[in-house]
Amino acid sequence: MPTVKSLEDLKKIREEALKKREIKSSPGSVQIVVGMGTPGIAAGARETLKEILNYIEEKNLTNITVRQTGNIGRDSWEPIVQVVVGENAPVTYGKVTPAAARQIMEQHVVGGKIVNDYVIPA
Amino acid sequence: MKEIALHLLDLAENSVSAGAKTVKITVCEDQNADLLTAVIEDDGRGMTPEMVKMVTDPFFTSRTTRKVGLGIPLFKAAAEACGGGLEIQSTPGVGTRVEARFQHSHIDRMPLGNLPATFLGLSVAHPEVHWIFHYTARANGAQECFEYDDQPVKQTLDGLPITHPEVLAWLRSMLEEGIGAAQKILNA
Repeated sequence: MPTVKSLEDLKKIREEALKKREIKSSPGSVQIVVGMGTPGIAAGARETLKEILNYIEEKNLTNITVRQTGNIGRDSWEPIVQVVVGENAPVTYGKVTPAAARQIMEQHVVGGKIVNDYVIPA
Repeated sequence: MKEIALHLLDLAENSVSAGAKTVKITVCEDQNADLLTAVIEDDGRGMTPEMVKMVTDPFFTSRTTRKVGLGIPLFKAAAEACGGGLEIQSTPGVGTRVEARFQHSHIDRMPLGNLPATFLGLSVAHPEVHWIFHYTARANGAQECFEYDDQPVKQTLDGLPITHPEVLAWLRSMLEEGIGAAQKILNA
């Protein structure tokens, strides 16, 4: 069973992560929520989520929580992504294509600057 | 939605909304029997027969108090157009089982699509749910299976976030490689 062997790999990942955490102080956490109701999925939200996860993996980012949620109710803006950095107010982005998601990850999640081009007007 | 895997994501989201603690998704591509079957079972709050009728046929009722999407009717229509069908079995307080069947070789059948991406998203972005994923390929008298139960994985993580980059890499490659390996026996 390859899965059993893989769990051993996962244990090693965990041990390594714990060692690193001892020396690295943890910066403010980031919460990302992707709307995954029917309209969101139809508009490409799975690819948006995939890009966010790819980015985290690629850039080795920690302290990020990624969630998906049901219908947000602003169908014409799908795919919708909400970003909360630390104690700041949530920022809701619309029409977040994978390319837009990458830009939001780079500029907002990592750089701390809101990407105004994609912010949904209240 | 142009992929069976996207419809499964949609159905899984319904299961989570219904308060499911455990959701099992089973996909079987059987070229021996010329059948593609996708089943999603949950232990959510379930539906009454009237509600089941309503989610399958949104024009069955004029009632507008509950929002009913078009996800299931569209998936059902797609299955029926490919020599298959979609059935829902549901018991209030127990859970729901949705089964969709397609003729595998049907010219109009939508592709299975990116099943690993659907599974990865669900497992990572709904960590509170216990996910079980099964994929089986059958062709030329042979069978290959892939099985993923995220409970042992979460136990191993023991507090390490599932979004940790190395955990994500592990999960992604495990799902992609596992399902990809099983799919190798299928005829083009």
